[in-house]
Amino acid sequence: MKILIEVIKKEFLHIIRDPRTLIIILGIPVAQILLFGYVITNEIKDAGIAIYDKSGDHVTARLTGKILSSGYFHLVRNISSVEEIDQSFQSGNIREVVVFGEEFAEKLGRGEAAPVQIITDASEPNTARLMENYTLGIINSFSRELYPGSAVRQPVSVPVRMLFNPELKSVFMFVPGVMALLLTLISAMITSLSITREKEQGTMEMLLVSPFRPFHLILGKVLPYVIISLINAVVIIILANTVFGLPVRGNLVLLLAECLLFVTTALSMGIFISTITGSQLVAMMISMVGLMMPTMLLSGFIYPIRNMPRILQLVTNIIPARWFIVIIKSVMIKGTGFGAVMAESAVLAGMTLLFLGFSVLNFNQRLQ
Amino acid sequence: MKNEMTGDDYPVEIVSLTKYYGNVTGIRDINFGVGRREIFGLIGPDGAGKTTLLRILATLILPDSGKALVEGLDAVRDFRKVRRIIGYMPGSFSLYGDLTVKENLNFFAAVFNTTIDENYHLISPIYSHIERFAGRRAADLSGGMKQKLALSCALVHHPRLLFLDEPNTGVDAVSRNQLWEMLFELRDSGITIIVSTPYMDEAQKCDRVALMQEGAIMTIDSPESIVDRYPGSLYQVRTSRMASLSEDLEALDDSASAHRFGDSVHFSIRDDKDILERTRRHLCDRNHSDIEIERIKPSIEDSFIKLMTGEAAQGE
Repeated sequence: MKILIEVIKKEFLHIIRDPRTLIIILGIPVAQILLFGYVITNEIKDAGIAIYDKSGDHVTARLTGKILSSGYFHLVRNISSVEEIDQSFQSGNIREVVVFGEEFAEKLGRGEAAPVQIITDASEPNTARLMENYTLGIINSFSRELYPGSAVRQPVSVPVRMLFNPELKSVFMFVPGVMALLLTLISAMITSLSITREKEQGTMEMLLVSPFRPFHLILGKVLPYVIISLINAVVIIILANTVFGLPVRGNLVLLLAECLLFVTTALSMGIFISTITGSQLVAMMISMVGLMMPTMLLSGFIYPIRNMPRILQLVTNIIPARWFIVIIKSVMIKGTGFGAVMAESAVLAGMTLLFLGFSVLNFNQRLQ
Repeated sequence: MKNEMTGDDYPVEIVSLTKYYGNVTGIRDINFGVGRREIFGLIGPDGAGKTTLLRILATLILPDSGKALVEGLDAVRDFRKVRRIIGYMPGSFSLYGDLTVKENLNFFAAVFNTTIDENYHLISPIYSHIERFAGRRAADLSGGMKQKLALSCALVHHPRLLFLDEPNTGVDAVSRNQLWEMLFELRDSGITIIVSTPYMDEAQKCDRVALMQEGAIMTIDSPESIVDRYPGSLYQVRTSRMASLSEDLEALDDSASAHRFGDSVHFSIRDDKDILERTRRHLCDRNHSDIEIERIKPSIEDSFIKLMTGEAAQGE
C-alpha cells in the first residue's frame, strides 16, 4: 500500500513537472469538441435556391417570402425557363429549385390543387432529403394558414413527435460520440506512454530491482490519470451544455460516475497497451491510430450499429466506447437513472478489470 | 573451483552461466564465487559480457543455462527475495530526470519500505557531496553527481550486496576516487561488492578481478597475483623511430610482443640473460637510434593484453 502511494505521488510529480504535456492533454478536448461542434452539422442553413415562378401572382409571392424568411434558404436567382433549371444546378451554388405552376392563385381560388415542384440536388442525398422536408414543411404550414379547415379533408392525419430532441439537433448525436472518442484516445494514450517511458528512460531497470509488485506500478500509473481524464470529461460536458445547448437531463452525479468508470476503462486499456509494447512510439501508434478507426466506426458514433452486418455488430461489443455512448445518451439526453444503464456499466467495469488483470499478468518483471 | 564454493562464505556463486542473444554470445560458461567483504572486479572491454553477467545477478535477465546464486538464493527462481537484498546501479543513468535529487532518493527509499533517515549513515559519505543540490532536478546534474545520486539510490535500503555496472564511465577523476573510497568503506562495513569497469587502472583497487573477453573469463585472481604471474619480462622501450618500433620488436623472436603505451612501447619477451643486448643490436640493425630500454613491472593492463593475445593465438 505504501509503495502504491509512493508510485502515485511520483506520477503526480511527473505530471506537474511537465506542464506543456498537461496543457496539451487538457487542451485537446476543448479544441476537438469545438471543431466537431461547428464542423459536423447536418442542419440546413442558408442553402442557395432558385425560384421558377410561372404565374407570378400575389400567392406565389407570399409563399416565396415565407420560404426565404425561414432562415434555411436564400434566393440566388429567379429563373424563367425549364432549361435554366439544369444550368442552375450546374452552376454549383444552387441546391434546390422551387417551381410554381401556372395560374397559381386562380387555381386555388377555384378550389383546385395548385402544383408546386421541388427539385433538389441529390448528389448529396442527406442534404437533399432535409431540404425537401424543410420546404414541404413551410409550404404545408402556408396552406394551413390559407385554408384553416383543410386538415379536415385529409383522411389520415399523422402528428409526428420527435422525443428528446424535437429539433433534431446534431449536437445530440455528436457530443456523446465525440466524448467517447476523445476520452478513449487521450486516456489510452497517456497511460500507454507512461510505462514505455520508464522502459525507454532506463528507469525500469532500476525500478525492477526493488520489491515492488506489478500491480503497484499499474494501479499507481492509472489512478493519477483518472483525475486528469475526469477533468476532460467535465470540460466536454460543460462545453456541450453551454456552447451547443445539450441538456443534462439525468442525475449529474450518475453522469460523472459513469464518466469516471469509462475513463478508468480507457486508461486500463492504455496501460495494457504499454505492457505489450517496448517503445513510446509504438504505444502511441497503437493507442492513437489503432483505436481511432474502430472507435469512430464501430461505436455507433457515426453509423448506427443495427444497420451493420451481423458479424460487425458482434465486433462492436468489444469497443468500450460503444457502451459508453449508450450510457451517455440515456443519462444525459433521456434522463434515465442507473437502472437503465446497469448492463452497460457492468460491461465497462468488466472490461476494466480484464485490462488491469491482463496488464498485471503481462507485465514483464525482467528486461527481456 | 566448484569445491571451493560449498559453504556460506560465498555470497555470490556462479556456475557455468551462459547467455546468448540470438546467435551472439553474451557470456559463456562463467564460473566464480565472490567472498564476503570482497570487492570483486569484472574487467574487460565493451562487449566482454560484464553487463550481461551483472544483469543476470540482478535478476533482470534470464540465463540460458547455469546457475547464479546470491546469498544462496537462485537469481531466477527466487528473484523477488534476491531483489530485496541487493543494490544495483545500472550502466546508464536510470533515475527520473524530472524529479529532484531528494525526490529520487525518497522514492527509491519508499519503494524499499525504508526512509532516507534510516540509512543516512550508510549513504552520507557519498550523498553529503550532493546534498546541497537536493532541490535540483536529476537531469541537470553533472556526470559525477548523477553517479553519486544513483549510488545513493542503490544503497538507500542498505543492501547486503551491491552490483555496480561501470559506475565510473563518464565521471571526473575526483568523483572516481570518491567512489572508490566509498566502496572501501562499504566493503569494510560488510557489503559484498561486484563492480565492472573498462578501466584497467581501477582493477588494481579491487580485491579480486575477473579479466573478461568476448563473454568468457580469461583469469580470476587478485590484481597482485595476476601481475606476478606475468609470463616473461616486460620492458619499456623508446627510440628515434617510434612509428615502426612495435613491428620491429615483434620480429625479434616468436615470443616477442609489443604494444604502444603512451609515448613508449611495452615489449614483452621470455626471460633470457642477454636479451637486453640482443634487443639493442636488433634495433640498431633496423636503423633505430637513441635507444632506451628499461625493465618495468607489468601492470594489469599488460597482463590483460598478454592474456588477450595469448587467447587469440590459441584460437588460431
